Amino acid sequence: MEPLHPLWPLAGGALIGLSAGLYLLLAGRVAGISELAAGATGLSRRGFRPQAAIFVLGLIGGAWLAAHFVRMPEVVLPVPALPLAVAGLLVGFGSRLGSGCTSGHGVCGMARLSKRSIVATLTFMATAMVTVFIVRHGLGGF
Amino acid sequence: MRYVATLLCGLLFGIGLTVSDMINPSRVLGFLDLFGTWDPSAAFVFAGALPVSALAYWLSRQRSRPVFDEGYHLPEGNRIDRRLIGGAVIFGIGWGIAGFCPGPALVATISGQTGVFLFLGAMFLGMAIHRMTLRA
Repeated sequence: MEPLHPLWPLAGGALIGLSAGLYLLLAGRVAGISELAAGATGLSRRGFRPQAAIFVLGLIGGAWLAAHFVRMPEVVLPVPALPLAVAGLLVGFGSRLGSGCTSGHGVCGMARLSKRSIVATLTFMATAMVTVFIVRHGLGGF
Repeated sequence: MRYVATLLCGLLFGIGLTVSDMINPSRVLGFLDLFGTWDPSAAFVFAGALPVSALAYWLSRQRSRPVFDEGYHLPEGNRIDRRLIGGAVIFGIGWGIAGFCPGPALVATISGQTGVFLFLGAMFLGMAIHRMTLRA
């Protein structure tokens, strides 16, 4: 895969930070996508939340806009169906059990210097890196 | 107005995930693969995001309430417990297998690939299973 010029992820990251920051300052909430995805589908503790559904629609709409007007991304999924489904189950269950994912803990929580979020982020980063190591260098890939 | 602000935040987040290429699981797996050809992109995403969201958090502490709501709804617990660690480990294994976490998986639906929908279906099933364990 082509290396990506660092300005793209830096600019994209700044937009993600701006989104999370504005969501806090305007709506008073943490922009955690696992919680928003659960709220948008009625799977959160508080059931269906229209505000979460609007965020998720905006999220997908924003990606569509960026793909058509800024930079058409490639989506390369190098994983067969069975491990992909298992991964989905683990991501869904784990993000709810651990109260957050890369956005809620990684971006929002770390910015607030929340002890829980820092521990969670270090834990899932390390676990994911070990998993990739085992899959790619232990098992030789899928 | 709160819904308009929410839509704007969603749009910005989706643009950010796409522009940064986090929408591409191969890019994310490249970041997680420390012993292959390491791809630093995701580290730059955090480097771009954290100062901005930290500044916003600091600003929020100077204001008694958000612009469009009565008060803040922030997670307040600070206990490091087995749920937090166990959840992060389970999440990390899934993230490492597919290179997808919830935000990128949702935005990747614009590619129309079957695999993305398979992942999302399983992800929502995982969330539903978690919700059922809460009731029991």
